[in-house]
Order: sequence, then C-alpha cells, then structure tokens
Amino acid sequence: MSEKQTTDAKGYWAATIRLTLTLLAIWFVVSYGAGILFRDFLDQFAIGGAPLGFWFAQQGSIYVFVGLIFYYCFAMARLERKYGVEG
Amino acid sequence: MDWTLFFVITTFALYIGIAIWARAGSTDDFYVAGHDVHPTVNGMATAADWMSAASFLSMAGLIAFLGYGGSVYLMGWTGGYVLLAVLLAPFLREFGKFTVPDFVGDRYYSDLARIIAVICALFVSFTYIAGQMKGVGVAFSGFLGVDFNVGIIIGMVIVFFYAVLGGMKGVTYTQVAQYCVLIFAYTVPAIFMSLIITGNPIPQLGFIGNAAGEDISMLSKLNGVVTDLGFQEYTQTDKSMFDVFAITGALMFGTAGLPHVIIRFFTVPSAKAARYSAGWALIFIAALYTTAPAVGAFARINFIDTVNEATYITDEENYETRAAEIEEAGGKPVPTWYKTWEKTGLLQYGDKNGDGIMQYRGPNAPDGVENEVNPNRDIFVLANPQIAQLPGWVIGLVVAGGLAAALSTAAGLLMVISSAVSHDICRRTLFKNMDDKTELRVARGAAAGAVVAAGLLGIFSSQLGFVAQVVAFAFGLASASLFPVIFLGIFWKRMNKEGAIVAMLFGLISTFAYIVYFKFGGGTPDQYFFGVSPEGIGFVFMWVSGALGIGISLATAPPPQDIQDLVEDIRVPGTRQPHGIADAGMAPAPAE
Repeated sequence: MSEKQTTDAKGYWAATIRLTLTLLAIWFVVSYGAGILFRDFLDQFAIGGAPLGFWFAQQGSIYVFVGLIFYYCFAMARLERKYGVEG
Repeated sequence: MDWTLFFVITTFALYIGIAIWARAGSTDDFYVAGHDVHPTVNGMATAADWMSAASFLSMAGLIAFLGYGGSVYLMGWTGGYVLLAVLLAPFLREFGKFTVPDFVGDRYYSDLARIIAVICALFVSFTYIAGQMKGVGVAFSGFLGVDFNVGIIIGMVIVFFYAVLGGMKGVTYTQVAQYCVLIFAYTVPAIFMSLIITGNPIPQLGFIGNAAGEDISMLSKLNGVVTDLGFQEYTQTDKSMFDVFAITGALMFGTAGLPHVIIRFFTVPSAKAARYSAGWALIFIAALYTTAPAVGAFARINFIDTVNEATYITDEENYETRAAEIEEAGGKPVPTWYKTWEKTGLLQYGDKNGDGIMQYRGPNAPDGVENEVNPNRDIFVLANPQIAQLPGWVIGLVVAGGLAAALSTAAGLLMVISSAVSHDICRRTLFKNMDDKTELRVARGAAAGAVVAAGLLGIFSSQLGFVAQVVAFAFGLASASLFPVIFLGIFWKRMNKEGAIVAMLFGLISTFAYIVYFKFGGGTPDQYFFGVSPEGIGFVFMWVSGALGIGISLATAPPPQDIQDLVEDIRVPGTRQPHGIADAGMAPAPAE
C-alpha cells in the first residue's frame, strides 16, 4: 500500500498542519471576527443595502466557508503529490 | 388541500420505491452503504441528513424575529462543516470503521470509553429525533386534516420501510431524493416573495437590494418599520457579544461532533472523497442557509404589512361580508391566512384597548400602545406562501418539503441509534464473536425498535412541549463531550484512555447539569456562568473538557505503541494497517 520509496509522511503531516491552521485562521476571521467581534466597526460600510458586518454574519461567512473547504481539497491533493502520498 | 395530498403521496411513493431498489445485503451495506458512495451524492445526502425540521420549518421564522441575533444559527450550522472537513472527516474515514463509538473505543483501547461514547451518541440522537417526529405530526395535522398521532405513525411506517430494509444504503439514496424535494420547496416561495418585495428574483440579491419601486434598501426599510413599532433594529441584537460568540461556537463545534453527521463520511471510498464530500455538503446546505435570512426578513415585512392595524373579524361574523364592509370604509380586514392559523392556537390576538383593531407593537413602542398580537415563530415557513398569496400548489410543495426535511434527518438518526445498539454494544462489547449475518439481523431489529421508540417519543413529547428546549442538549453535549476526544485522538498522539474518559464524562455531566438547571431547575439569567446562556455553554465546557483530557493524559502513562502507530496511519492517506490491540476484534476496511 504505502511502499512508494518517495513517501515523506512527516513532511506531509507538517505541511497539512500549516495549511489547516491557515484555513482555520480565515474561518475565524470571517465568522467570529467580521460577523461578531468587529461587526459594529464593519457596519459603517455597506454591501448593496446591507451593513457589512451584518451581511458577513448572515451571508458572507457561509460563502467563504464553502470556498475554504474546496480550497482545502485542492491544496491537499497538491500536498499529496508533493510528498508522494497516495490520496 | 388537494395539491398537498398530491405532493405528499407522490414523494412518499418515490421514497418507498428507492427503498426497495436499495436493499442492504451485508453489515457493510447496512452501516456505511458499502463505503462506495460518490462524494457529490454523499454531499447531497449529508445536506438532507443535516437539515432537519428545525432548519426547514423554524429557522427562517426565528431569524425573522431575532434579526441579527438569528445569525448564530446561520454561522453556527454552516461553519461546523469547515471543522469537519479539515479536522475530522478525512481522518475518521481513513480510520475505516462504522461508527463514532468505534473510533473512541479503538483509539482509546477501552470498552468503558466506547460505552460512554455510545451514551453520548444515543442521548444526542434521541433528543433530536423527537423533534423530527413532532415536525411530521404538525405537518400532517395542519394540512391534511389527519390526527397528530396518526401523522406520526404514517411517518414512522415510511421511515421503517427504508431504514430497516435498506440501512445506510437505503437511507443515502432516499436522502438524495429528499434533498431535491426540500430545496425546491424552500426556494420556490422564496423567489416569489423576493420578486414581490424587492423586484429581484434571487433572494440572496433581493436581501441586499432595494425595496421594490423605492429608493431605500429593503433592510433599512425594515429597520425603520420595526423601530417605529418599538422593536430592536432588525440588524442589531440585545444579546451580549460574548453570548453570541459562545452560542455560535457551541453550534459549530456541536455540528462537527454530531454522530449522525460524522457517520455520513464513513460511506465514501477514501479520505480524499471525504474532503470533497464535506465541500459538496456545505454547498447544498448553503443553498438553503443563504436563502433563509432573506425569507426571514421578507416574512417580517409581510407579517407587519398584513396584520398590524388590521380590523379584526370574529368567528361569529361572516368573513366575506365583514371584510367587504371594512374595505369600503377604507380599513384593512384581518387576512384569511391569519384566521386559518388562528385555529391552531399558534397566533393570538387580545384586544387590550377594545378598539377591534390589531396593534402589533414591540416593548418600546414610541406611541405607548400595548402589543396585542402574539405569533409563534414556527408557523412562518408554512404560512409564508399563504401570507404572500401564492398559488395553492406552492403550499402543497412546502408541506412535502417539510416532511422530507424531517424524515431524512430522522432516518440518519435512526442509523446512529441502531448501529450503537447492534454494533457498538452487541458486537464490539458484549458478544465479540457475533458473525456478520447475525449482526445484520440485530441491526435491522434495532432499527425497527428505534423507529417505534422515536415515534412514541414524538407522541409523548408533544404533550410535554419540551422539544425546542432540549435541542440545546444535542449541540452542547456533542461539542463538550464528543468533539474534544475525537479531535485530540487524531491530532495528539499522547492522549490516552484515562484522559479521554475523564474528558467525556466531564463534558457530558457538566453540560447536562447546566442545561437542566437553567431550563428546568428554575435558574435565572443573572446566575449565568460569565453571562453564557444554556445554548452556548457547550462551547465553554468544551475547552475545559479538552484541557482536563490533556492534563490527565500527561499525568498518566502514554498510550501503547499500537495506538500511536494507528494515529500515525490515519493522518496519512493510504497507509492504514491493522494494529494489534487498536483493531482487536475487527479489521479496518481498506481505502479504495
């Protein structure tokens, strides 16, 4: 199964952790950040007719979540090629 | 009425047809649909599994009255999928077994840990399923003139058919059909309402657009209308920021820890497929979750427009003649949808100033008029098509959609309950030599028993009326007890059995006690721990539970080498090997 000579499991796992932390930082910023903690500040701006912080809480964060997961799929496939892991 | 019957019968026939086609032949089929469901298909099934009667029927109505405060549900119930995708799903798939207690019991090499996980899973699932059955009863009794209990029994028979026959395989493919029904049923009225209120057919754009034919945004207009009546601005909330933060957290981490969601990711062929599957699931969920806030705002506008300052017509008067008289005199008669729903007791009007006109006001009304109208938030999704005067078939469609949402979630929960009994308790703990055929028979029996228990719970709980309150349990318990041990089990090799058992027990008992005290034991909000309401407490206790698990693990012996090797394996796709004590009694299923 895993007898490929070039498999670098340690490097793969370290890179996975870095990617995961980056994505979770974005996840935190768009929901807890933009939608809750900095909402009052962001509400002075508007997207269409909606206050920006409110929009992030009810729409924007969800769109970003979808993007994050698909980026993760894509980036993990790249890591698997780079470290010789069979995905 | 005729349209409703038509849609309900057609969709039910479809579900039964799928059940017969997708019968399960082995325990592999029964628990995890043979591990070979396509990621997109699984994503759609996960979306239907996840979106319950609460998402479909109650959420938009809650948002309509909570405004910004309703955001906790939107962010909480979608953000959890990011956690699932990057922290749990691919690794649990790589682990390669059937259930959440499988993972906990094997990773922590302990039948005690397995049994505690079973208790958490059963508690969460039964809490949740009672609400689904109640939703089925409401839809039947409200629209088809069937008795509430008979409605629940009809729902039970349908679920019995595909869950007991088809197991996870039958459930998966019926959930796909149910997703199509529910999303169509949700978006059609939303598009109509968006067109009427904002002139834009796409609800997500109408939400941020201008009110139809006016030079003011829909949301600013709504803010103006509600503050004039003495309510909080729609885009604000009176909850504290920390409480909003904690509730969102409990819902997110709770979502990621819910067993009926996690087991869906065991059905795909590989870790890679599990990642994609989470992405697809969230796309399908987002289709409803980004529509819901628009529906909420539109519903609030429609409600105020049609009800506030309308002249009431009593049941003794002839509605048509009286309504014509009122209109002639330049007044607004109470709408027919209001009279229909009034019979259910979910809308109440008390004429406090004796003028026969319905004043709808908030707590700080500038004109000092007292509020006379009390709507139940749960009715809005069902009543919306009538409020917006949409054609009869739209109403029938919405009823079929609500039933699809409730039945698909109920089926997913039944799978957790039956596998906990037949697999985790019987096969893995009590009778370790049980063969596959016997286990499949026990699993079918357990599913059948669970259907009956769930139905009785639905019938019984409708008398108590406690379902809405105990839903907080499901998320609180999942986030405080299951999430930390699963997460640490993957990301921290040093986590051992002692740490896991203490962490789960602490999460279970503390969250349970807090919720019971404040929901049923007479606790008052000024006693809240750091101002956190029972809905959000799971988030706080999750951190304590994780910290306890780490502390106890460090103070006791590290886990055996077999276990540490197992953790290494599940982190890297394609390297999973059986490891002595970690897999004692059952070999892992290979990835594709």
